[in-house]
Amino acid sequence: MRLITHNLLQCHVKNCNSNNFPLKIEDAQVELIEADYNPEFLVNMLPKIDWPVLVNTAKQLGLPEIPAQVPEDAENNEAFLQGLHSVLLETHIQQGRMICPGCGHVFNIKEGIPNMLLAEHEI
Amino acid sequence: MSRPEHIAPPEIFYGEVEARKYTDNSRIASIQAEMAYRALELLNLSEGPKFLLDIGCGSGLSGEILEEEGHVWVGMDISPHMIDVAREREVEGDLFVQDAGQGVGFRPGTFDGCISVSVLQWLCNADKTINRPKARLQRFFSTLYASLKKSARAVFQFYPENDDQIKLIIDVATRCGFEGGLLVDYPNSKKAKKYYLCLFAGTQTGRRNELPKALGEDGEMHPDEVKSISNENRRLVTRKRKTNRTSVKDKKWVQHKKEVARDRGDKVVANDSKYTARKRKVRF
Repeated sequence: MRLITHNLLQCHVKNCNSNNFPLKIEDAQVELIEADYNPEFLVNMLPKIDWPVLVNTAKQLGLPEIPAQVPEDAENNEAFLQGLHSVLLETHIQQGRMICPGCGHVFNIKEGIPNMLLAEHEI
Repeated sequence: MSRPEHIAPPEIFYGEVEARKYTDNSRIASIQAEMAYRALELLNLSEGPKFLLDIGCGSGLSGEILEEEGHVWVGMDISPHMIDVAREREVEGDLFVQDAGQGVGFRPGTFDGCISVSVLQWLCNADKTINRPKARLQRFFSTLYASLKKSARAVFQFYPENDDQIKLIIDVATRCGFEGGLLVDYPNSKKAKKYYLCLFAGTQTGRRNELPKALGEDGEMHPDEVKSISNENRRLVTRKRKTNRTSVKDKKWVQHKKEVARDRGDKVVANDSKYTARKRKVRF
């Protein structure tokens, strides 16, 4: 699962509405897999990304630094976009766990695929 | 053959063997690809790469179409075996083992669009006693609505069992805020008829939400059916040609037979005249 998806993921357990984002990552094994660079896509996604969460997650996973704030000229800043591309689309969490800060549900990640199935009482 | 969703829940029906069979079958793959293209077309996306959701992505057949068109996608499926096949095929989209009926868990406005190929009918079954189809549909559509960007579309190709099912789905979707309706391609064909549920999450400013035009409404046929019908015609024509055999009993043959009989000598043979082997009226 790429970091871009983690930045947009929230817990869907029933009645878990207030503190269901971001999901806390634990015991992560990260892998970098090359992907096609698409600046137009990144620029369009920027408004949707929660930047502080992204910065924190990147730091937690030991990834190269990204700026604490989105630069003003983001659309034309090649260096920034290249770095963003690597963090968002090339960083895969292959193993680990995601824990909802609100309800505590644990989503396991195996071979890059999170298991989002809920228990009976959480539907 | 009974409907798959009456045989077993999807995570069991699409077990390890079935998942591979399904993906390796070229006919299924080509139909799924065609429906994925059509669903993508019905999304009516503006230019540029988008972030899309694929509900019931299975082994990634539809997701690959999204990739080819330059989009970034996320897919979810309830069958871990299908997801495994997708992972082996190294599709680019992020995959989740997830039950759509339990909800779609993304932040508001995440996706530019959503497609789903051959999935929705599975959500209408009560597989476990704790499941209530209407509640599952409600949970699915309400969470999906929230995760879509304003004015985004969700297009579902599916196989409705009956009108009641269609009505139930549209009822729940409308209650969750969606506009839109059912589009039927090639409504007059038994094989090519396909149902697409087109839902709009809000409107684009200044534009009314219009259901796109269905294929085959003016009587035009699906390209594969045109081919098979022209093949039928060809078969009939060759059959006709074979039955048009020339009559063997022409004048030359009759004269030859008379000569042979004269030579043999034990029969009395009539003399040849202008009446020999003349064409008689059929009444004769």
